[in-house]
Amino acid sequence: MLIDWNNFTPWASLAGGALIGLAASLLILINGRIAGISGIIGGLIKPRLHDIDWRIAFIAGLISAPLLWQLFATLPDLQVDAGYGILIIAGLIVGISTRYGSGCTSGHGVCGISRMSPRSIIATLSFMFAGFVTVFVVRHVLGV
Amino acid sequence: MNKNILFALLAGLIFGFGLILAGMANPAKVLGFLDLAGAWDPSLAFVMGGAIAVGIVAFAIAGKRDLSLLGLPMHLPTTRQIDKRLVIGGLLFGIGWGLAGICPGPAVVLLGAGSLKGVLFLIAMLVGMAIFELLEIRRHMRHNK
Repeated sequence: MLIDWNNFTPWASLAGGALIGLAASLLILINGRIAGISGIIGGLIKPRLHDIDWRIAFIAGLISAPLLWQLFATLPDLQVDAGYGILIIAGLIVGISTRYGSGCTSGHGVCGISRMSPRSIIATLSFMFAGFVTVFVVRHVLGV
Repeated sequence: MNKNILFALLAGLIFGFGLILAGMANPAKVLGFLDLAGAWDPSLAFVMGGAIAVGIVAFAIAGKRDLSLLGLPMHLPTTRQIDKRLVIGGLLFGIGWGLAGICPGPAVVLLGAGSLKGVLFLIAMLVGMAIFELLEIRRHMRHNK
């Protein structure tokens, strides 16, 4: 296995992860809610809406993060290499599947594993596995 | 502004800062993590480690409480069933994640960062969620017939 040492950022990633964990901790302990982004957004796209205020507030916070960041520092690279067609297909798949499977990287991966939920551990293993396979196929089989 | 909204806003903000600092909001870095056979960037494993190390304490406390610190009900998931939906949903999500390197949280952060490509992904994701709701309505109608 070849490690990409140039892009390896263990400390920033660990600290960023700790912040994500802190945010999830605040939301469950103070608001009594799970910081699962697909679930929070999904709750705003439903035929019958209820308890939407905290959802909108959380999403507003997420949107504001890069804006506030730019007041004090330059944003790190946020590089999207995928083309428009792939972005649309990937977005559709992510939208449907995260609702179908009741969660994404945050809800299952962070909150669920922190709760030691067997469901979330299975879900996380499933999407990690499929993510590794997809990138392998795209980059090393199809050679895109 | 009531406290519920204020703290949700704060949590979203901290979550967003975390995603940016961690490198998780950078799709190229996410794909570098998912590319085991290429030049592998293991950083994102550290994101998960850091998040879970903090979260595990909070969720252990949360699990013992009936109400949140604001006196709100604890909305902890109660489903225990490991079914087809969970696994197929997870696998499909992994495919979408692997195609673009974007998951729902970073999609929202990319909107705030003014990334047009991020906005395109986000719109497609919202459409996907709406399609899911429509399929659910149809499923319920068939069940009730």
